[in-house]
Amino acid sequence: MSTLTETPAPMRAGPAPRPWQLNRRQRTLLTIGLCLLALSAVLAGAWLIGDDGLATNLAARNQPPSLAHPFGTDWLGRDMLTRTLHGLSLSLGVGLLAAVVSAVIGAALGLLAATLGGAADAVITWVIDVFFSLPHLVLLIMIAFTVGGGTIGVIVAVALTHWTGLARIIRAEVLQLKSAHYVQLSARLGRGPLWVARHHMLPHLLPQFIVGLILLFPHAILHEAALSFIGIGLSPHLPAIGIILAEAMRYLATGSWWLALFPGLALLLAVTAFDVLGEQVRDVIEPKQSQG
Amino acid sequence: MLKGEGLGVRYGKQLPWLFQDLEVALEPGEMVGLTAPSGRGKTTLARVLAGYLRPTAGIVTIDGRPPPTTGYHPVQLIAQHPELAVNPRWRIGRVLAEGVPPAPAVLDALQIDRGWLQRWPHELSGGELQRIAVARALNPQTRYLMADEMTAMLDAATQAQIWHAVTVYAAAHRIGVLVISHDASLISRLCRRVEVLPEPPAICTAAQMDAEPGLRGGH
Amino acid sequence: MLQVQGLQVSFTVYTQGLRQRRLTVITDLDVTVRAGEVVAIVGASGSGKSLLAHAILGILPHNAELGGSISFQGKPLTQARKEALRGRAIALIPQTVAALDPLMPVGEQVRLAALRGGVPAAGAREVVAASFARYGLAPEAARLHPFQVSGGMARRVLVSTAVVGQARLLIADEPTPGLHPEVVTETLGHLRELADGGKAVLMITHDIEAALRVADTVAVFYAGTTVEQAPARDFAGGGEALRHPYTRALWRALPSQGFVPLPGAQPAPDALPPGCLFADRCPLVTAACRVARPPARELRGGTVRCIHA
Repeated sequence: MSTLTETPAPMRAGPAPRPWQLNRRQRTLLTIGLCLLALSAVLAGAWLIGDDGLATNLAARNQPPSLAHPFGTDWLGRDMLTRTLHGLSLSLGVGLLAAVVSAVIGAALGLLAATLGGAADAVITWVIDVFFSLPHLVLLIMIAFTVGGGTIGVIVAVALTHWTGLARIIRAEVLQLKSAHYVQLSARLGRGPLWVARHHMLPHLLPQFIVGLILLFPHAILHEAALSFIGIGLSPHLPAIGIILAEAMRYLATGSWWLALFPGLALLLAVTAFDVLGEQVRDVIEPKQSQG
Repeated sequence: MLKGEGLGVRYGKQLPWLFQDLEVALEPGEMVGLTAPSGRGKTTLARVLAGYLRPTAGIVTIDGRPPPTTGYHPVQLIAQHPELAVNPRWRIGRVLAEGVPPAPAVLDALQIDRGWLQRWPHELSGGELQRIAVARALNPQTRYLMADEMTAMLDAATQAQIWHAVTVYAAAHRIGVLVISHDASLISRLCRRVEVLPEPPAICTAAQMDAEPGLRGGH
Repeated sequence: MLQVQGLQVSFTVYTQGLRQRRLTVITDLDVTVRAGEVVAIVGASGSGKSLLAHAILGILPHNAELGGSISFQGKPLTQARKEALRGRAIALIPQTVAALDPLMPVGEQVRLAALRGGVPAAGAREVVAASFARYGLAPEAARLHPFQVSGGMARRVLVSTAVVGQARLLIADEPTPGLHPEVVTETLGHLRELADGGKAVLMITHDIEAALRVADTVAVFYAGTTVEQAPARDFAGGGEALRHPYTRALWRALPSQGFVPLPGAQPAPDALPPGCLFADRCPLVTAACRVARPPARELRGGTVRCIHA
């Protein structure tokens, strides 16, 4: 280290780290924490605030945002904050369920394609390509409509249309792993295929799967809202975000801007939180990219 | 004896043979050099002998029997790039113990620092990692070693160190070693017998093929 | 042309969880390259050879920190200047065709390199044609894609890409391993010619024999320090003219020399001894060696970091 003091002009390859600045890994974990906090706040909020605000109160119709009703009230005097929180947590629940089903389908088909190869691979790859070539929303609507709409319709439609990306990733990863020298070597060292799958492949695939799953959530939630918005999703009696937004459209012209603005913003925030969460988890899992 | 009889490889029915009608023989305890310009299939031959690749034609036998398809393979391959031969998510200690854990004497002969066992592969240099890959293959279950440009990426001191350990071990345990290298002086240091892979048969008729049987290797 | 003095490279890495630590990978590198000269850098993997090239080109990752000085044509080489000169006055001859764009014909890539190197657009095609002719590449080869060229041709394309501009300093990263002897000879010949034409050539290799065939000077790296800079002619006989025991050990370990193994291993960057970095493997080691790192000093027309030399 003696030369450090003799050096004429120290140079830096990157920007200088400041003492008060968190390092990148700390920032990443902080962001993940904030996202999780925001999302659980929605669920906890809906539970804490109770169902009282959902009741019709004709004495307090169409009120703009105030301290008593921060998000305002609608044409039946229902509290929009309560409706938004309940709607969002319902949408999150439906979206999560659909995303999990979709991710499981994607992982299973990706694994099958890569391990069976041959005809099975060709068929699965073809199906993936077909799904990719069809317009997403049209497919969603068709499936939801065929199944008969409703909550089940939404879940089936979202689950059936969102697995393709993850299936592709898993298939590519498995194929790459199978041809990796250390995986082939493992068999020559006397390890069986199941052992190789458990010890070499799974630890590599699991993080990919988790990131893929988290990044599926925002899509699933948005599409659930979209289906409900156009009326073939969740039942109009449920306080889903898509329904709230659809109803709000009718009152926008009368100047009730708060009916659409706050629920819309809440949806946007929830979706963004999941997106950020997925990206940050990816950074944690791929440590080579996050030195520094 | 490790024998390859009538070995031929091509990667498709329409594609030309990489090599064909190749006869290979390696005695226990023998070190044989194999050399040829790039593209003649040296690496492919090593992969066939070590059971990574099924030959399009011909058969590989050990003492007259085909090598086992499951369990530890008695022919081990060590390639040029050790970083591809270890799982990047495993610590070195786990990498070493994946097959038959090497004896302490082997680690000493290869000058493997015990502190490395706690490290990750990316924390070791190429020369250090290659010693790990070699240690993994030097155990009583290995009978033949395919060294495919094993030290081509290493500095002279590390190269000499690894080859000394391998030569001593192979002689003591009667392991046959196939030394694939571009380096003529390395091969002449290590091997008494050197084979050269023939030029791949040009696109020609079956009749001509019969007339030119290719390398009748061995003795 | 290029002067590197007391170069240090350290990385900020995570040890466990959220804790970070500075890991000094290069402790004390010196190397000087003059115009008309081929300087070979030899050493084991992990000795800091490639990092030096990255430091000169300014392509170290963002968690790296540099100390010491690098100057080019008499002026300090700052990050901004590296970026301005990279691909122009300073060019890299990459190791494999993997460095080329796989989707673009090789002739087009050489032309783009020429444009980047300051050749006027109007004359670029002629310059590329001349460069192809110069390196024995048929004009039709310009239309081939990287995966279609053989190993020997690939080397010529890579050299051509690096020299078609007006580069003054060329850095060749491991130009020879895995190549057939004839291609090695040809590649080394190109480097020698470039130097004879007035350019400065820095050749990074682990292959001493290849280095000695073209280099004027050999710099030997060990565990992130330059242990010796020696004229190539000193590598002869039993290595008596060499200055550092590690250089001598490398020389004697060659299959064409004694094939004598050197016991032990290079110390890890996080476990460097306080004294001479080679002490643990050195046949000449004394107590004095373990006290402090020996400074570089001039000796018989070269430099050495050894108190016994």
